[in-house]
Amino acid sequence: METLTMLQITWFILIGILFAGYAVLDGFDLGIGSLLPILTKNDEKKVEVLFKSIGPVWDGNEVWLITAGGALFAAFPHAYATVFSGFYLALMIVLFGLILRAVSIEFFTLETENKGIWAKTFFIGSIIPSILFGVALGNVIMGVPLDADMEFRGNFFTLLRPFPLATGLLGFTAILMQGLTYTMIKTEGEIHATAKNLAGKVWYGYVILFVFTAVISFAFVTGSACNIIAWIAAAASCASLFATRMFIGEGDEFKAFLSSSLAFISLWGIAGALQYPVLVRAINDPALSITAFNASSSKLTLSVMLGIALVGMPVVIGYSIYVYRVYRGKVR
Amino acid sequence: MDAVFLSRIQFALAAGFHFIFPPLTLGMGLLIVINETLYLKTDKEIYKNISKFLVKIFALIFAIGVSTGIVLEFSFGTNWSTYSRMVGDIFGAPLAAEGILAFFLESVFIGVLLFGRDRVSKKMYWLSAFLVFFGSHLSGLWIIIANSWMQTPAGFVIEGGRAVLTDFFTAAVNYSTAQRFLHTIVGGWQSGALFLAGISAWYIIKKRDLDYAKPMLKISLILFIVTSFLQFGTGHMHAVQVAKTQPIKMAAMEGLWDSREGAPLSVFGFPVESEKKTYMEIGIPKLLSIMIYADPNTKVQGLNEFPEELHPPIFITFQTYHVMIGLGGLFALMSAIGAFLLFRKKLYDTTWYLYLLLFTIPLPVIACEMGWMAAEIGRQPWAVYNVLKTADAASVVVPAWQILLTIIMFTIIYTMLFVLFIKFLTKMIKKGPEEIIKTSGY
Repeated sequence: METLTMLQITWFILIGILFAGYAVLDGFDLGIGSLLPILTKNDEKKVEVLFKSIGPVWDGNEVWLITAGGALFAAFPHAYATVFSGFYLALMIVLFGLILRAVSIEFFTLETENKGIWAKTFFIGSIIPSILFGVALGNVIMGVPLDADMEFRGNFFTLLRPFPLATGLLGFTAILMQGLTYTMIKTEGEIHATAKNLAGKVWYGYVILFVFTAVISFAFVTGSACNIIAWIAAAASCASLFATRMFIGEGDEFKAFLSSSLAFISLWGIAGALQYPVLVRAINDPALSITAFNASSSKLTLSVMLGIALVGMPVVIGYSIYVYRVYRGKVR
Repeated sequence: MDAVFLSRIQFALAAGFHFIFPPLTLGMGLLIVINETLYLKTDKEIYKNISKFLVKIFALIFAIGVSTGIVLEFSFGTNWSTYSRMVGDIFGAPLAAEGILAFFLESVFIGVLLFGRDRVSKKMYWLSAFLVFFGSHLSGLWIIIANSWMQTPAGFVIEGGRAVLTDFFTAAVNYSTAQRFLHTIVGGWQSGALFLAGISAWYIIKKRDLDYAKPMLKISLILFIVTSFLQFGTGHMHAVQVAKTQPIKMAAMEGLWDSREGAPLSVFGFPVESEKKTYMEIGIPKLLSIMIYADPNTKVQGLNEFPEELHPPIFITFQTYHVMIGLGGLFALMSAIGAFLLFRKKLYDTTWYLYLLLFTIPLPVIACEMGWMAAEIGRQPWAVYNVLKTADAASVVVPAWQILLTIIMFTIIYTMLFVLFIKFLTKMIKKGPEEIIKTSGY
């Protein structure tokens, strides 16, 4: 195989890993934000506990998105350009949410009267991106109208078709599950009980949406029947979903969180395996699809970037684990 | 209104607002490291407490800086997708590298800085402070690398209408990277230094929190003095580079229409594009030639030597550049007086000077903004100098009304953020360091 082809494949996988890393890590603080009113019943003391549980780490989690976005730009400029300009309004709404939640925690700390307003803005800023990320991914998988210049030729409502909405909800339940299992790890008493109870219910929604979207995806993507990696990922999803359920029931919070994370990663595995090598599917004509092979940067750029990623990411993961260990244990 | 024009407005708004915060992050980060180092060396509680106070303010600045920074990274795809396709092979890499090598570092360790004082050892805490400082500077380096490549592109060839990387190191460390980086970083240090000096001066004027205010003022003023003089050096280096690699920008900044041997350094004026003339011009004879070429008689190229369609907007490039230089001069003067008062041990009693420090708090940040505007507007009509015009760089599929809508959205959000920033900042300052360091994280 040619070096360029190998690099393109490697970067297709690495971009997937970066987005999956973002989903798992920022997933739990997005999930906590999206459930904030239910978990805390607007009790400021409880909001404080949850903010303490994510305060030291959410910032680093969000960098996974920034890095994934930057890496997509560097490795596949055409995919980045098409998706970001094509999904313009949707992404701007996501940005609105991300700005809002980033400042909310800080403002909550500094506000003395009426702190509750910043709990509300954190909720709004979390729930918007939590749903829209999955919708965006659903569109990329299902396909959007593209022209010969790789430009998006749909409109805002193109994005709101049933399948992408379903994947949006699937991603949302996955994020909620991350948030709930993380809450169980970090809290005790009432919040813990509410989270555990809720996790049991969300699980059913998660499973239904998973089965629905997975069946549709496997049915409509050509060649999916003999796509071994997709089947392995699907099996891993099922297994880790059941494990999540089991560990929630047993009260083994840490393992529940790990299983939930594994389930989320497996979803990315299914998406990646079914998509490969397509980055953005053209629904009007498969030949116009944006792929790892027609949208990538040069061999030199991909090699330099690979060097930076291989040296940098293990170090990042190393010190991130260190900081998580510094803050291990229940929040008091 | 056309979409390109609106995208220009939106990018200017997003970058201009964001750029209020990074200079303060750089400067405050350095001040935190200085105090942590003093604490580590002397074991005096006061330095630890000052650092605690600074960390609280830093957290507010950092939160707004990060959230507004994400917008910029997305903007290249959302509003400038043609740019992204044309130069993504080179421009994307520094953004990704910034994430992996720098932004993770500062964002993960700020978690330790904010909440970890009682959880890690003294040395580990120092290291965390240092890594946040180091990460934010490294982050600045990658962004400057990306920006410098737009100013003085190198290390690439054009293939099939796209810029393709041929030499990563040459592209990254191009003709203007080092000069721009040093000039921007020192500008950030100046901003942070005067920010803290002004706040400390206020406490001394009010005769409160003096245990904190005096050492804080001393440390920050010394940093301000050092950086204000350093900035002359970095500014000079940067200007010489601009004159040699982007002569048309230098001519616009100087309002120099005709090429001249022994060109004067312009101090004041009103350049008018349509008449190709600068009104009320005051200049120092021969100084521009001397500063660029170290020779009073060397010829400096004027604007008339270049086709008109390649002229940047002259008036605004000229004025932003001159405001920056003027402020730089003011900071040097203030520094000289400050050094004198410090030396004569009269600093804490010279009330007028303390007021001066207080009221000039925003000026270094404004100087940074002006310098950035002169650099970016002076590069027009190019997005990438001599490679890609800004007018050809915008997204083709985003309708103008959507951009107008998001401009309105960002204007509302950023106005609110700015009001809240000032509100919470003044609230923290009024509470005072003694009170602030008693409050826990949440």
